[in-house]
Formats: sequence, C-alpha cells, structure tokens
Amino acid sequence: MPFYVDEESWNKMKRGRSKCQSFTPSEGRKKRHRSVAPPYVQTGSSASQKLTEETWGNLPHHVVLHIFQHLSLVDRARASSVCRRWNDVFHIPDLWRKFEFELNQPATSYLRSTHPDLIQQIIKRHAQHLQYVSFKVDSCTESAEAACDILSQLVNCTIKTLGLISTARPSFMDVSQSHFVSALTVVFVNSKSLSSIKIDDTPVDDPSLKVLVANNSDTLKLLKMSSCPHVSPAGILCVADQCHGLRELALNYHLLSDELLLALSSEKHVHLEHLRIDVVSENPGQTQFHTIKKSSWDALIRHSPQVNIVMYFFLYEEEFEPFFREETPVTHLYFGRAVSKDMLGRIGLNCPRLVELVVCANGLEPLDEELIRIAERCKSLTAIGLGECEVTCSGFMEFVKMCGGRLNQLSIMEEVLIPDNTYNIEQIHSEVSKQLGRIWFPDMMPTW
Amino acid sequence: MVVNSVHWFRKGLRLHDNPALQEALNGADTVRCVYILDPWFAGSVNVGVNRWRFLLESLEDLDTSLRKLNSRLFVVRGQPTDVFPRLFKEWNVTRLTFEYDSEPYGKERDAAIIKMAQEYGVDTVVRNTHTLYNPDRIIEMNNHSPPLTFKRFQAIVNRLELPRKPLPTITQEQMARCHTQISDNHDDRYGVPSLEELGFRTQGDSSHVWKGGETEALERLNKHLDRKAWVANFERPRITAQSLFASPTGLSPYLRFGCLSCRVFYYNLRELYMKLRRRSSPPLSLFGQLLWREFFYTAGTNNPNFDRMEGNPICVQIPWDHNPEALAKWAEGRTGFPWIDAIMTQLRQEGWIHHLARHAVACFLTRGDLWISWESGMKVFEELLLDADWSVNAGSWMWLSCSAFFQQFFHCYCPVGFGRRTDPSGDYIRRYIPKLKDYPNRYIYEPWNAPESVQKAANCIVGVDYPKPMINHAESSRLNIERMKQVYQQLSHYRGLSLLASVPTIQEEAEPPMSDDSQASSSTTGQPSSPTPTGSTPPNSEPSTPNTSPTDGAPGAHAQRKRVRPSGFPSKQKSKVKHTIEAKGVEQKTDEKQ
Repeated sequence: MPFYVDEESWNKMKRGRSKCQSFTPSEGRKKRHRSVAPPYVQTGSSASQKLTEETWGNLPHHVVLHIFQHLSLVDRARASSVCRRWNDVFHIPDLWRKFEFELNQPATSYLRSTHPDLIQQIIKRHAQHLQYVSFKVDSCTESAEAACDILSQLVNCTIKTLGLISTARPSFMDVSQSHFVSALTVVFVNSKSLSSIKIDDTPVDDPSLKVLVANNSDTLKLLKMSSCPHVSPAGILCVADQCHGLRELALNYHLLSDELLLALSSEKHVHLEHLRIDVVSENPGQTQFHTIKKSSWDALIRHSPQVNIVMYFFLYEEEFEPFFREETPVTHLYFGRAVSKDMLGRIGLNCPRLVELVVCANGLEPLDEELIRIAERCKSLTAIGLGECEVTCSGFMEFVKMCGGRLNQLSIMEEVLIPDNTYNIEQIHSEVSKQLGRIWFPDMMPTW
Repeated sequence: MVVNSVHWFRKGLRLHDNPALQEALNGADTVRCVYILDPWFAGSVNVGVNRWRFLLESLEDLDTSLRKLNSRLFVVRGQPTDVFPRLFKEWNVTRLTFEYDSEPYGKERDAAIIKMAQEYGVDTVVRNTHTLYNPDRIIEMNNHSPPLTFKRFQAIVNRLELPRKPLPTITQEQMARCHTQISDNHDDRYGVPSLEELGFRTQGDSSHVWKGGETEALERLNKHLDRKAWVANFERPRITAQSLFASPTGLSPYLRFGCLSCRVFYYNLRELYMKLRRRSSPPLSLFGQLLWREFFYTAGTNNPNFDRMEGNPICVQIPWDHNPEALAKWAEGRTGFPWIDAIMTQLRQEGWIHHLARHAVACFLTRGDLWISWESGMKVFEELLLDADWSVNAGSWMWLSCSAFFQQFFHCYCPVGFGRRTDPSGDYIRRYIPKLKDYPNRYIYEPWNAPESVQKAANCIVGVDYPKPMINHAESSRLNIERMKQVYQQLSHYRGLSLLASVPTIQEEAEPPMSDDSQASSSTTGQPSSPTPTGSTPPNSEPSTPNTSPTDGAPGAHAQRKRVRPSGFPSKQKSKVKHTIEAKGVEQKTDEKQ
C-alpha cells in the first residue's frame, strides 16, 4: 500500500473524508481487530451510544495517544488521516521518542525503506523528540551513506540510544571513514546524554571515541562495537577509563587487554554486567592471539562478581592454543567452527562459571569424556547446544544424568548421536526426557 | 451406456498401484491413457535437461508397458484447459480419472478441469496416491492446522490407521476388456517427444545416472530391499564418503514422478522388517524419508505462498540480501569452496545429491555464508534436482534456512570441516572437480591455504585455475549468526526456545515494549522489524521469569543480574499470541516440551 506522509496529502485525505467526525463504533470495532485497544476504549464506545456528542473524534488526547502507542507507524499514519484531532495526536512528541530508520535499495533488499518524506518530516518536526534511534541498512553502500546523511542532521537532539544495524553485509564499512566519523560525531557532540551505542561493524575510530568520551562520559552505559577495525586497544581503554557508568561492552578480542579489564574494575567504575568478546581470525596460522592474565580476570570478577562474559569463537582448531590455559571466568561460550577434544577438555577444567555452551562441530573423535568433565565441573551450566558434535549415546546419557534438571536447553542433532550397546535413539529420547522432567527430542534435519 | 474413459497421467507415472487408472478401466468400453505436456512443466524455463530427460524416459517406459497390454500412451501437446474440450468431443469421453494433487497450484488446476468436465457431462474420478495419507486428514486430526514440527506430525501419524494397501498392476485382461483402436499415425500425433524436440541439445551427455521409468523404479526397489535385508539393520545408515555418490538403490526421483508408489515402498519395507524382526511392528523411523515427504506435503497443501517468504504465514521474515552475482557463483559451483562446488557440480550433472550435501549447500547459500534468500536456492533446485517436489523443496529450504518449523539457528555447517569429516580423503571432490584431483588430502577442502609449491605441483593455482574462496567463512558466519539473532529476538513466539538468542544484554530504560500485535501488523507490511529502542534487544525479548508479565520489561526493570530462563515455555504467553498458524505452532511446540 502506498504510504505518503507529507502534510499536503494528509490534508487532501482529510478533506476527502470530512465525515470522519461521525466515525461509528462499528467501524471502530473493525479497527480493533488489527490493533489491540485497551479495554476502557470499549466502555468509551458504549458510552458514546448514550452521549451522542461523544464520538471517536472526541476521544480525549491521552486515550488516542494510548491507542496510537500500540499501533505500527503505518497504521498510526493512516489513523492520523481520520480527523484533525487524531492528526494532532500523531505529532505528539511522546510518539516520536523512538524511531527506526530503514534504509534499503530495491536492488539489494526485499525490504521497504522508510519513506523519504517521512524522514524529512522527522528531521524538521521531531528531531528534538527523538531519544531512541536506530538505523537498519541493507548491504548497499548507498543505504549506509543515507544513514550517515541523516545522522549528520540530528543536531538539536537529545538522543539516548543509537544503533546502527546492518541487516545483511556490513555496508557501513564501505562508507568513507571520514564521512562516517563526521556523521557519528555530530550525534556524539550534540546529544549530551547518550547511554547506549551499538555500532558493530562500522569504521568508528579512536578519535571519534574520544569525542564520545568528552561529551557523554557520565551517561554511557552500553557500548557495542564488535568488529570495528579502526579502533585500537588504547581507544577502548580511554572509554573504560573515563566512562565509569559503563555496564555493557562488546568488542573483538584484539581490543581486550589486561589494562582494559583493570580499568573496568577500578573503584570508580560501576559493576560491569555484560562483556562480549568476539574472537575472529582472518587467516589461519597468521594471527597470534595474546593471552589475558589470570590476575586481570580475577580483578574483574572481584569487582563485578555477577558479570556475564560472553565469548564467540570463530577460529581454526590450531588457533585455540592460547585460550583457557588458566581459569577463565567466561559464562557463555559459542564456537562457530569445529573444536578439538583438547580444547573442550580445557573448558571443563578451567571455566567454572560456564552457563551456556554452544559447540557447532567437533573434530574427528567423539567428545564423551570432555562433556562428562564439563558436567562435573561446570556447576552452573544450564544450556548446551552440540550441533553436529559426535557423542556416543552412552556418553550423552551420562552427561545428561549428571546435569539433570538444570539443563533448560539441550540441543544435539539426531544424526551425530552414535548408538551403542546400551542405548539406541529411541531409548535416548525417553531416558533424557525422564532426566530432564520434560519431553525431549534430538534436533532433526529432513532426509530429503 | 457406453463408457469411454480417459486416464490423465501427471505424476503417478506407473501401472502398479494406480487406483485412478483402475477406476478408468472399471467397466469401461474404451480407455485412453493421456499425458499432457502441462504448461507448468513444459512452459517453465526453470526445468533443467536432466528433469526433462527423466520425465521423457518415464513416459517412454509407460508407453512400452502399455504396448505390451495392446494399448498406447497418448502424449497430447497443449494446455489441459485447451486440450480437454477437444479430447472430450473427439473421443466422446464419459469418464476422466486422475491422481489427486494436494498442492495448491494443482488443486486449482484440477478444480477447473473438473468443472469443465462437468459441463461436458464427463464424470471425474480422483484418487489420492502420491502421498501415504491424505494431507487434509492429518490437518483435521491436528485441530484443523498443519503440524509444524516433525514430532507433532509423527504423533498424528501414529494415531492414524495404516495407509491403504497398494493395488496390483494393470493386467492384460483388464486392458483387453476396454481395447481402444490405435490409429496408424499415433506416433506422429501422440508419440513421446524427444529432448531435441523440446529444444535441448543432447550430444555428449549420454552417460546420465538416473534412468526414468517404472521398470527402473521397481528394479531399484528390489535392490534397495535386498540391501536392507542383507544389512539386516534398520537403523539409519551411518553416512560415509560412499553415501555422497548416486546409489543404484536410490529411490527419491522415482517417488517424485510416481514411477514408484510410496505405498508399495511403505508396505515392502514393513513386511521386510516384520519378517526379519519376528513380526514385531516397525517403528516410525523406518519410514523416515517417506514421512518427511508427507510432512511437507501436509504443510504446503493449503498454503499457496508456501514457496515464498512474503505472505507466507509460517515463514520467518528475514532481511536476505539480493546478490545475483554471488547467487550465480553458488549455482554454478564457482564459490571457491571445493566441497560446495563439488556438490553443485554433481547436482547439475546428475540431478541428485545426498541430503547432507543439500544441507551443506543450503546452509552456505542462506544463513551460513551468503545470506541469500532460500527462495533463490529453491528455484535452482527446482531446475536441477530430479526429486524436487514443490512442497518438499520449499519446505526443506525453509527448514534448512531456519525460516520455519522452529529450528535452532545456532548451528551452521562449515564449508570446509563438514565435508572433511564425511569424506576425509576428498575423493568426492576429486571426482567432480578434476582440476583439484592432485591436491593432497590436507588441502583439498581448502586449496587456498596450500603453499604455492603445492599448488604448482598440483597444477592448479588458486585464483587462476580454480577460484579463490568467495567469502571469508569465519567472518560471514559471525555476521550471520548476529543477523539471525536479531531476527529471532523479535519473534516473541520463539522466546526461550533458541540458544544464543537469549544471551543476555542490559535492558534499556526505554519505552513500554511494543505489543506482539503491533509487531504482527508491521510484519504484514513486509517489514519484519518492529520499531524498538536500539542498543540492545527489544525489552520484551529478554528472557524473563515465567511469572512476570511481558510489560515488566519496561522502565526501571534493569538488567537481571542473574539470568533466569523460563523452564519450558511460559504458559502465560499463550494467551498473548494471536491465532495465527505460528501461534498454533507454538502451542504444539509447547505440548512437546511439556
């Protein structure tokens, strides 16, 4: 359906539908099918049958506002063309506090874009109301550039959260760094109370982080910047040093340093709640991964005993060498590639805080003993996904028995469970269900 | 009264277990067996030469078998709606029979033909034999919606009576009773066309692997059962390197074209099992492949948008990339990943690939690496894959791309490691990509990592003789896992079901959460995303304790310090979900979890 939001066409539509004042309750009921109105609207409509002056057009502002808050933008825009009062509500600042700009090109995306007229409207009329802003861009550079152009215009704003999200390939990386950085710093400089910034896969750099710190150090709570290759360990250290309210941080392993962990654990710093670390290598054997001292991890845990440490690994087997040699307080572990027996064995030994473990694949041998050791030593483990890791049925049963009901999530593909003398697949299903106290099946893939 | 029957072959290209054909013969004075080159098939540019060859061979075989019964096959060129009025008049037809087609397109086409037949005073008789069960019956048993998890489907099937027993093959006696005059110019008017006639150049590819036809199908069935009897093990066979090659006991294309009746396959398996296992009744898993087919047929029968994302109520809306160049590399086996390229080459050359290979290339195209829509992959399979049924093809692609049927999305197949575990020596790759045949085992799955000296020794320089990998798998899988997370975190009805999606993040002191309903309405505009505050997950996607209402994720409810996972599925949320097909799926899933 076409969607125009320029005022002229609204006015035209309004003129075309001047009967909107007598918008009947039955029509209203039809509308409610699509969108849930709070229950008291219903009483309003039955009351209107008694008091004839009271029509849908006369609903108090706050009621319409409440309804509007439950509508999607498109529905809201349509409703706003019903009558002048509803149109007024359409522009109430409350409804413009949060906005998601969607920028896609027909050649690269199946999704529609936010209409350019609406974007202009927002910049003109509602920029100062925006607080929670996100940009979703497809894989086309032009979309990312368009996002930067909008960012550069967000001058009179008090944005609190900003998210730049690539829905496909990361196109912000294709924007010239200077264009991106200057657009981003417009927001950093003008909105003085940013609390949450999500800029994964962008060309953000150290100087722009300095601008962020200079303007928003008191308010910043969340910073996600996985895979931002232009940031250095010193750049992120500066953020940690200055932004004592930082509670969540996402970054790549090469930015993680002992100094950073110590800065996050300083007395002035609030407790860190979530730390997400992506460990990615470009070419096998070429990247040497540094190690983090146990004392730095210990300092972090002493300061923030509840912190979630989430690590995503996308490494070749031979690159795991430096990891988990000593006790590591990781809570969530994800392995995107095959993991060796040795590595999984170390996890069982050295990750006592582990809560969730996801391993997509193993090497060439079943993982029985390693899993059993994990069950034994990782007492907080409540979720495990084993994908296509080969395990014998007996080994798997042993693991499940040891963990018992605390496993909220248990996922393994049926085809990698190796039947043995003790159990076949059917028995596994019933035995595991018994142990977990709920019906459980292995994951299946169609045989097609 | 004179009865002149026409049996219309579409799928079901066989004389054994063909109830509709039996109905045509029953008390008839004349019977003509007709195949119409249907525009959906003939007019579609999207059908490759291997599929055409398989079809024509099946028709040839059918004609040969009918000749032995003193009859012939009539291959009529045209569209059914044009052809039938002419045939009705010319042959004075009084009865039309055909096999039931449960797919939305087929149902629509058949309804039009039935109506037309009525106008000409022609009785129509339709029999369901392409699937073991009538999909509508399964839907009825599942509270009038198709089961959306395979387990649920199996549970329904368990409650059903056994499929109907297959019927014997058509006999000479039966045919003799309704002997039909064959004109001298039959071959000219109604002969099976050749590939050349259909515009294919066929020189140089005589060594095709799968020969179409009922005769071949029945031979293969015997071999298939012999092998099962010899192994005497009804567990799923372990997958080895050998599994990747076309097997002389493979049956899937024959089931697709109906050269083999699925009921005959079913009952043969069942009898063999009972013979070898002392009459114990066989487990459902014995019929795995057949049941998957039924599952997808059932899911697709009432959903005309089953083969696309938009407007498909069971399909998760995912912001796939449009990337024709990357798609072409995948489809033509030029990705630079030998495992993927070998599979796509086998598919193109032979028309069949092992189901693990299907998983590998489907994952690579969609959520694993290229982030291209499953619809594009489905179309390529439709062109090349001999056993690509509309329902099964679309359903499997949705499954493998985690677009439907409640999948865990965390797991994606590695285009290097997955193949290597199945076939460590790389024989499969050497067979389909001869350029790489001299690579040592160590590098055959990742030739770009081979030192230059090794590449030279193997006479194949990566980047010159064989493409460099088109994508960095580690990087793309990292990105794609995040994209999937974004998508799944916005699906309230998947809450608590997926690993990774519930890895915690702090909550924004933000707006009241958007209700499920507004999300639903925004997705009807083709935009899967809901406007949510940024910087973290939408507040209502945070795993919360089962007893808190979803609105508790609102102002002030800051990070839950300790993550509490819902055990099973919060029952409260049931009342929130709308009565869409998805919602029913959730309830199913819930049932299964509890």
